[in-house]
Amino acid sequence: MSNDLVLDINDLDVQYYTDAGIVYANNKINLELKAGERLGLVGESGSGKSTLALAILGMIKPPGGIAGGEILLNGRDITKLTEEETRQVRGREISMIPQGAMNSLNPVMRIKDQIIDSMIDHELGLSKAEMLEMAGDALQAVELDRKVGSMYPHELSGGMKQRACIAIAIAMKPKVIIADEPTSALDVVTQRQVMQTIRHIQEEMGAAVILIGHDMGLMAQFVDRLAVMYAGQMSEVAPKQEAFRSPMHPYTQMLIESLPKLATKGVFHGIPGITPLLRDLPPGCVFSPRCPQAFGPCRETTPRFLEHRPNQWVACHLYENESEKARA
Amino acid sequence: MERLQSNLRYLRRNTSLAIGLGILLVLILFTITGYMIIDPKLDPYPLAGPASSPPTLSYCPRSDPECEKTEPKAYIFGTDAQGRDLYGVAVAGTWMTVQIGLMAGLIGLGVGVFLGFTSAFYGGWYDLVVRWAVDVMLTVPGLLLLVVIASSLGEQKITVTGMGLIIASISWRGPARVIRSQVLSMREQSYVMMARLNGMSGMGIIFREMMPNLLPYLGASLVGAVTAAIFASMGLAALGLGPLREPTLGVTIYWVINQSAFLRGLWWWGAVPIGIVALIFVMLFLISIGLDEVANPRVRRAE
Amino acid sequence: MSNLLLDLKNVTKQFKGGTVALDDISFSIDADNPSIIAVAGESGSGKTTLGLMALGFLTASSGSVLYRGKDITKMNGRERTDFRKEVQAVFQDPFAVYNPFYKVDHIMEVPIANFKMASNKKDAREMMEQALISVGLRPEETLGRFPHQMSGGQRQRMALARALLLRPKLLIADEPVSMVDASLRATILEALDKLNKEFGITVLYITHDLTTAYHVSDYILILYRGSIMEAGDVESIIRDPQHPYTQLLIGSIPWPDLDRVWGEDIAVIDIEEDTSVESKVGCKFAGRCPHVMDKCKVSPPPLFWPDDNNRVASCYLFEDKEILPGNDVGTLFQSKKVAAAR
Repeated sequence: MSNDLVLDINDLDVQYYTDAGIVYANNKINLELKAGERLGLVGESGSGKSTLALAILGMIKPPGGIAGGEILLNGRDITKLTEEETRQVRGREISMIPQGAMNSLNPVMRIKDQIIDSMIDHELGLSKAEMLEMAGDALQAVELDRKVGSMYPHELSGGMKQRACIAIAIAMKPKVIIADEPTSALDVVTQRQVMQTIRHIQEEMGAAVILIGHDMGLMAQFVDRLAVMYAGQMSEVAPKQEAFRSPMHPYTQMLIESLPKLATKGVFHGIPGITPLLRDLPPGCVFSPRCPQAFGPCRETTPRFLEHRPNQWVACHLYENESEKARA
Repeated sequence: MERLQSNLRYLRRNTSLAIGLGILLVLILFTITGYMIIDPKLDPYPLAGPASSPPTLSYCPRSDPECEKTEPKAYIFGTDAQGRDLYGVAVAGTWMTVQIGLMAGLIGLGVGVFLGFTSAFYGGWYDLVVRWAVDVMLTVPGLLLLVVIASSLGEQKITVTGMGLIIASISWRGPARVIRSQVLSMREQSYVMMARLNGMSGMGIIFREMMPNLLPYLGASLVGAVTAAIFASMGLAALGLGPLREPTLGVTIYWVINQSAFLRGLWWWGAVPIGIVALIFVMLFLISIGLDEVANPRVRRAE
Repeated sequence: MSNLLLDLKNVTKQFKGGTVALDDISFSIDADNPSIIAVAGESGSGKTTLGLMALGFLTASSGSVLYRGKDITKMNGRERTDFRKEVQAVFQDPFAVYNPFYKVDHIMEVPIANFKMASNKKDAREMMEQALISVGLRPEETLGRFPHQMSGGQRQRMALARALLLRPKLLIADEPVSMVDASLRATILEALDKLNKEFGITVLYITHDLTTAYHVSDYILILYRGSIMEAGDVESIIRDPQHPYTQLLIGSIPWPDLDRVWGEDIAVIDIEEDTSVESKVGCKFAGRCPHVMDKCKVSPPPLFWPDDNNRVASCYLFEDKEILPGNDVGTLFQSKKVAAAR
């Protein structure tokens, strides 16, 4: 795993303009993704994580728009690309495994045709036979038999359909794969098998994966680093061990606390309060109304997203003073 | 008050509905003011005024040179070959045509809703019978049926009310089908299950839980039924099977054809009913597109 | 009057088209021992069907469902009303249970009126407010609103408040947290726990999520394709599963615990389903079981006691052990006296 950054997001702002006001879906998002690493993006509904995924894929359409910041893919700012250039990037350098992918398959096309569908669009200069060969490779990589390519979606089971979608996503060997809750519709046993497949191909291809979801258990088993979003902002990014064992942001702490663990049967720690609406954010830190450790500056200024501990980035006033003292 | 404001805001976005309702308002005002001006027993009927007079603001027969000093009568839509004041025809005829449409539409909707609701909710053999009846009736061409009924009654016996009832005999088919399929899908909703858990009876669930959510569909079905009814009445009247003594718009068109109005240069005689009918259909069409959007709850919630 | 709240006797449910959702299930719930019983399984296991049958929304193809000793299908009007009052439910989708035309108050006002629980509007209002406060909601923030004006977590909690209000004896909770955000799940599970411990309501917790099932229930029933694979104390089953299917499930769960690695702590063997095995005869899991024997394909195994713990497993691996009399899993849920008496 090299140290090159394959994805570098700096101060990204994404907003939606609606009749009821501006929805601040993403505010000053900062995120880095190294080649070949597995990053988990957690957040609840209303956190803006799906918007971030769409922004990375260049799929934000009016009434939404990127209001600021940049997304660097291998050094190139993809927010500034034309529609045509974005289309070229999508599928080839970044691809997505969508949620409920089983419903994303065209019921009247064979699997192999769906895999080469986007290859054809990308004008790779390959003959049809070569593309079909690549499709077969992709199916093998996801542990499906090559002859599944000649089948139709309805002939496959749920897990197999999901793998077919993964094959479509990796056919052109992209460097970044965004998996948006790829296993939410699958049962627990199939989920494990599919996630293990994703891990296997990802390691083989050296591609980086962003796993989006809210199942912390899945994150614990799959990712190397964890990014936590709350109400449109990035609250914490940390390596897995630190995120689970010594989280810094109060939201992350409470989230980990609330997880059911074998050792704590019968003990419940929910987070009181509700997530604010993205068009009606509270002043200062967005988590302050629910934060048990909120104090003075929390309700006035938004904390900056800084690396308060090595490799651990947090946006929280609790640490701003400490870091400043340490640096002084 | 808040609901009214949000409804008005909604109208600004739903232009079809807004314009449609606007035209409806204009027609209503036209009819109301019209009835205050004309003499409904005299003006829309033959011999109310001079024959074949083009639209004029002041009519004075050449036989009466003193007329200028007394009250010249205005025939703003002109008169037809039998002396009917076309303004009176417009006012009375619009209302009569709408009466026919509403009567047939409401009866049709009422019967259709009742059948649709009960057959979808209770199911079983009752549903089987109703479904069969509706499907069979739907395959019979409506106009043909109406022609048969109307012609067997004899011209003299058809009145405005009669027309309404004749058309009602077929206008229940569409609503029955539409409402039944809506209720079938609603029946599986969780809130219906919740209503049962709350100890509600079948009828209670139909009226208190499902009906309110069907209001947009009922509205759209009503508009559809009324449109179809007016259409059918035009068809029947043009064939000569309408209430020939009454100045409904359809019957007026019948006379226009029958008396070769356009060939005789009496263009205003045709223009008046055709213009108003066209306006009514445009209005109904716009309202139904508008209601289409209202009926889709996800669109509404986008506020 | 029987001591058993709910009693399923050899219940089989077959739908048109041949699918057997439940296959000869017997279990009962004791009125004297209010506990939380989880019914766990994947999709197709029959767990939702079980819930709907307990609520009287589906009738058994064979066998009977008794409530307090009376057959649900043969109740008269008075008994029916009592049944409706004493058995309530919370469903999976927090939004769908609300009629979008009415304010959220409707969901509580209707049963109060139908079951004649309050004599005037003021008392009714007070009952509603009390119930809301008990589940951690503020009446001024919730009553008078429309469903789309509240968050998913609030709606689900209100559904629980409604259940609480009616003081049922049995609450069927069908996947109550699967559509709710992670941070709110604990709050809702806590409310369920409270309903049981403070108000003595028995909860049938239907779910596919074994982690939450473990966290909140006392007993658990593992279903697979309409048959009970393992049942009994949730502690024993989750920590030390004996049935191969349960082992596969537990081993596949991604625990949010960095010390447990997927598929490594419990030997998880992935078997490609052997579709030649006739699932209508024999053990339902035979086609995927790593320990399958010939006799498994011939007749379904009865429920055995694999060890001294209060739980049984339907597997021929334990054929030399004792069989549960009458295959009635309910005896396990009644009290630990049964296990001690052996």
